[in-house]
Amino acid sequence: METPLAVLVGVLFASGLYLVMQRNLLRFVFGLLLLSASVNLLIFTAGRVTRGTAPIIPEGLPTPPGDVANALPQALVLTAIVIGFGLIVFAIVLVLRTHERLGTIDTAEMAERLEAPRPVATDLEDEVPA
Amino acid sequence: MSWLVAAPVVLPLLTAALLFVLQSRSEVQRVLSTTSTAVLVTLSVILLYRVSEGGILVAQFGEWRAPFGISFVADHLSAIMVVVTGVMAVATAVYALRDIDGTREELGYHPLFHVLLAGINGAFLTGDLFNLYVWFEVLLISSFVLLTLGNRREQLEGGIKYVAVNLVSSMIFLGAIGLVYGLTGTLNFADLAVRLPEAPGGLVTVIAMLFLVAFGVKAALFPLFFWLPASYHTPPLAIAALFAGMLTKVGVYALIRVFTLLFVHDVAYTHTILLWISGFTMLIGVLGAAAQSDVRKLLSFHIISQIGYMIMGLALYTPLALLGSIFYIVHNIVAKANLFLIAGIGRRLTGSFDLARMGGLYRGAPFLSVLFLISAFSLAGFPPLSGFWAKLVVVLAGARVEAWPIVAVALLVGLLTLYSMTKVWQAAFWTPLPAGERMQERPSALLYAPAVGLALLTLAMGLWSGPFLALTEAAANELMDPSIYVRAVLGEAAAAAMRGDTP
Amino acid sequence: MNSIILRTASQLLLTILLLFSLFLMLRGHDLPGGGFIGGLVGAAAVALYAIAFGYRAAQAMLRISPRMLVGVGLLAAVAAGFLALLQGQAFLTGQWWIIGLGEGAELKLSSPLLFDIGVYLVVVGTVLTMVFALEER
Repeated sequence: METPLAVLVGVLFASGLYLVMQRNLLRFVFGLLLLSASVNLLIFTAGRVTRGTAPIIPEGLPTPPGDVANALPQALVLTAIVIGFGLIVFAIVLVLRTHERLGTIDTAEMAERLEAPRPVATDLEDEVPA
Repeated sequence: MSWLVAAPVVLPLLTAALLFVLQSRSEVQRVLSTTSTAVLVTLSVILLYRVSEGGILVAQFGEWRAPFGISFVADHLSAIMVVVTGVMAVATAVYALRDIDGTREELGYHPLFHVLLAGINGAFLTGDLFNLYVWFEVLLISSFVLLTLGNRREQLEGGIKYVAVNLVSSMIFLGAIGLVYGLTGTLNFADLAVRLPEAPGGLVTVIAMLFLVAFGVKAALFPLFFWLPASYHTPPLAIAALFAGMLTKVGVYALIRVFTLLFVHDVAYTHTILLWISGFTMLIGVLGAAAQSDVRKLLSFHIISQIGYMIMGLALYTPLALLGSIFYIVHNIVAKANLFLIAGIGRRLTGSFDLARMGGLYRGAPFLSVLFLISAFSLAGFPPLSGFWAKLVVVLAGARVEAWPIVAVALLVGLLTLYSMTKVWQAAFWTPLPAGERMQERPSALLYAPAVGLALLTLAMGLWSGPFLALTEAAANELMDPSIYVRAVLGEAAAAAMRGDTP
Repeated sequence: MNSIILRTASQLLLTILLLFSLFLMLRGHDLPGGGFIGGLVGAAAVALYAIAFGYRAAQAMLRISPRMLVGVGLLAAVAAGFLALLQGQAFLTGQWWIIGLGEGAELKLSSPLLFDIGVYLVVVGTVLTMVFALEER
């Protein structure tokens, strides 16, 4: 079971990397999503994929009966998902704000617009943080 | 005792929570924020004192024992870094009282500042690889918001680069953690130090390189540094100074931690790579700085160049070299952050950050000139300032192992740093103000106070270097013998087993 | 969004989702669930309201700002860690007070519960901050 998952991790990571290297920021965010998914899957696979029940100890027993799944990678992945969620939402908000202020989400165009002389009106507006 | 180890993280978190609740009352916020940093520095000094008296302190959260629970470990290195964080927190908090405008305060500057401090201290103190990731993300997300707070166009453009590169490096970091876990089944630093030598060396080297890339981005090593000069000049100076001082050093700290405790199975290979990187980082940083005319960008490139010296100490991997590396970190945080603070005052006096439009500071503000001279010459490595000792030890360590090429690079870069600092001195202080420009109003004493404090600290570290060197020596000796760390966390049995494995 | 179906439904769903989120949080003590997932459901309830009536209406309904929720939640979570100080134990050590209610029923109060409530509030606050930031024009 680990082998197909390992291949999947590789495919996801490669696709993510491809998107991350694009100039369009929205694609960058999508790439980040793929990267984060592949890394989470990697941690999950690293904890070994075994058949087992949820690692919850039933009432009245000191240990769970039978085989249980490894709970630690799941806890790690859950934490990583939560953090990734926060980071990606922040990235999306940042892209949105950039689009509002600079009128583009293409990184090359962004640099151009920043260097281009600005009309007086926006120059004033720029001093007031939005 | 365990409370003391957790305090440098818990206090900023508690403060941040209170500041979130008090968000509409900016006067109360300012008082609380500054007081909290003062308490923080006091607690961290006590922590360092206890560590230097009684050795490594360990806290197990929730009384779950290592390696199952999360450990917080304060050895000499961690305690020193926490103290420096405290000092920088006080300095930037006081400076921020005049530097951060009301809008940014409303947007949540104060609570975010303390979340950032909690993240930095958490990264320094944690004894668990995954927990390190979590603290890294805490400090990253708060730094993201602080960097873009106010949504100015330059900030957004610089912020995107900063966020993009750092997010990708976080993914690599997390992937490396997954691989370590798959290989060893544990993530506790001490436990890993015991188990990694048993793992296949080739795989461990691959993982070590992944960590090198991940932390290399955070530490702004060659060739992964481009995000730094693209973003550090955009936020207000109080924020930029804290970033310039602390954030890259968290990356350097992480590199030192993993390349002394975990990945020492093939020093000839991994640390040689580090040595090459350190040389290039020094050179590229200082050459980049030479081409800049904006003071903030110039200083940003110098951050990169100075990181090279720290990594050089780590790469040489002798007790003397690590001593130099740690001393360098402390000296550099203080001197570099102070230069940013001074640049901020200079901007208020002359109205610009552009060297071509600055001038007349020597005449208009002689006191500021003295402050600048102390920090700038310390950075360039003039005796008897702190930078001199830092450079001397690192270079001496290089000479001891006869690594002449890197010693030559280090000396050359020192010279070029001096050139850069002279350039700033000449343009901003010596030459008169360009025609038509006037000196602005006198900046508040609250802006001067932190700059004076940090300059005095630089002087003290230079003139009375004895106690500082003794502390860093203790830290270096601990790093060179990982079994001390293992014994403190896992007990004598594990340490003995480890010493048996690694002759 | 101007849809009478969504408006009517979201008013009903708001209550049900909020109740469900509290249920999830309390259940998380011994079974799957917990403060994080509960907080997400709670935030989703308010987000749904914001979609139906606009984010200003949602803010007015909340009365306090999401950032205040984050602050109170963080305070609760840190306070839960400090409860161990009373017993002289390490930070975040779980403290339990089990109150018998007669007939075998008992009420389990604990510092992990307080911590979970903190997490719930932080998650609701954070997610809503993000949602409002995206909605704001």
